[in-house]
Amino acid sequence: MTDPENIIIVKDLVKSFGSFTANDHLTFSVRRGEIFGFLGANGAGKTTTIKILCGLSYPTSGELSVAGFDIYTQREKVKRNIGYMSQRFSLYDDLTVFENIRFYGGIYGLSRKEIDARSKSLMERLGFENSRNKLIRDIPLGWKQKLAFSVAILHNPKIVFLDEPTGGVDPITRRQFWDMIYEAAHRGITVFVTTHYMDEAEYCDRVSIMVDGRIAAMDTPDNLKLQFGAPSMNDVFIKLARG
Amino acid sequence: MKRFRGFVVKEFYHIFRDYRTLLILFGMPAVQLLLFGYVLTNEIKDAKIAIYDPSKDVATRKITDKILSSGYFILEKNLNSVSEIEPVFRQGEVKLALVFETGFAGKLEKTGTARIQIIGDASDPNTANMLVNYATGIITNYLVSMNAKQVPSQIIPEVRMMYNGELKGVYMFVPGLMAMLLMLISALMTSLSITREKELGTMELLLVSPLRPSQIIIGKVFPYVFLSFVDACIILGLGNAVFGVPIRGSVALLLLESFLFITMALSLGILISSMTSSQQVAMLISLVVLMLPTILLSGFIFPVENMPWILQILCYCMPPKYYITIIKSIMLQGNGIVYVWRETLILAGFTSLFLTLSIKKFNVRLA
Repeated sequence: MTDPENIIIVKDLVKSFGSFTANDHLTFSVRRGEIFGFLGANGAGKTTTIKILCGLSYPTSGELSVAGFDIYTQREKVKRNIGYMSQRFSLYDDLTVFENIRFYGGIYGLSRKEIDARSKSLMERLGFENSRNKLIRDIPLGWKQKLAFSVAILHNPKIVFLDEPTGGVDPITRRQFWDMIYEAAHRGITVFVTTHYMDEAEYCDRVSIMVDGRIAAMDTPDNLKLQFGAPSMNDVFIKLARG
Repeated sequence: MKRFRGFVVKEFYHIFRDYRTLLILFGMPAVQLLLFGYVLTNEIKDAKIAIYDPSKDVATRKITDKILSSGYFILEKNLNSVSEIEPVFRQGEVKLALVFETGFAGKLEKTGTARIQIIGDASDPNTANMLVNYATGIITNYLVSMNAKQVPSQIIPEVRMMYNGELKGVYMFVPGLMAMLLMLISALMTSLSITREKELGTMELLLVSPLRPSQIIIGKVFPYVFLSFVDACIILGLGNAVFGVPIRGSVALLLLESFLFITMALSLGILISSMTSSQQVAMLISLVVLMLPTILLSGFIFPVENMPWILQILCYCMPPKYYITIIKSIMLQGNGIVYVWRETLILAGFTSLFLTLSIKKFNVRLA
């Protein structure tokens, strides 16, 4: 299922837990290099989908290809080509900034030289030069989040999955975080991001909105606003969710 | 391999930066061993006794002297009447009372029998039993030495306790403690370290990475294998240096068996962590489900032979029981593999069972 245009292809994805269906016949694709927003209320099934795409969970049925590899048979290759950042910033509190970078670089098989070079440029970009040897537990939340994102794309993945990356941070930090997302997209990394902040939806190239395990709408933010005659994504979402 | 090394290095950082972990890892074995060795001794010294001796003749005085010079007893009170016995026990000072009958020496001379009553305070049954045995032993000895002059033929049993001549309790505790601590450290620590990653959310990141689940498990477990090994050496070394517990058999065999047991305990830890994602629950399960049986049902403190059959069956399902049997046999009796192969095989069986189960279960969790 290699496709020059689409980097993620999902056909008829179903995931059920007993009698509950979290993902009900999802079909969508994500284009190379775009920022794809995966929106929905809490419990709409966003995290389930992202976990399946990352290989953390098996689908009940459906055809899936991520970064050009089949999710059932080429799991290891999928894993090499993706980055992941979860709702919790997933850094080790008792390790220093550099030790975290070295660890994650190491498990993705980067050489010592690459790790040193990348961590140096990363810390310059973030303005972290003086915090190289600080423990993660001693740095502010906003910094942790930026660092977690940088670590998730340290190995230059083709796609990075962000599962509600901006939960619990202030609007200014959120804005700065989105600047980093743009920068990553500029470097050619496809960004797949879930969120329930509708203002963030405006920053995406395309969005899909999930309601009760199904995709209720999928298009660019501008087209969606036109289609639903709503002034903002927030209004689009409310119209959809109330059905 | 390089990935794996980075993983192990990270685990060591976790361990060495957390003083609580370090304390459990290295403080506990030493403290426990010293505690068990010094506190939990079966020998009783200087128990206080009361004596009621209305005869005050040669025989009673000799017996009293023998008893008081044995080292086990000190005279707390000379009683003046039988009615004083109960009050001294009630006050709790006196653990044993001796009552001679009147005209003791005379009766012994004339009829050949005289009576002494030994009264123990059985509100503490073990102590009472032991003290009564000590006292009876001393009196019997006295009788034997008296009769030696008169009766030509008699049988004198000569007792020798093999492997632990002085019946030191610590000989028993060191193997038991090894089992208990290795179980605790291996199972508790791995289950905690895995559930901590789950709580933090870092486990997801590891699973998304190209690391294979088996690499994650081995990486998490490896540091604890190493540290448990260090602990085993600390216990053996301390036991030998402080309490003189011998290692009569092969040290290599001993360590090999310990390695087998550690692996078993570690896989139990992984199994526990696959059942829960909270550190507290993992801790609770490790302590209650693993520790209690290790202490109570392994023959560590209470002999398995005396238990009701249903508990005995349970005991035979407890891996620590076999480990304790093995190391006692190697350390105290100096036996080689020829004598312990059966237990080793059973232990190996347990190990492979739990290891397979835990890896399977860990993989299932990913689905």
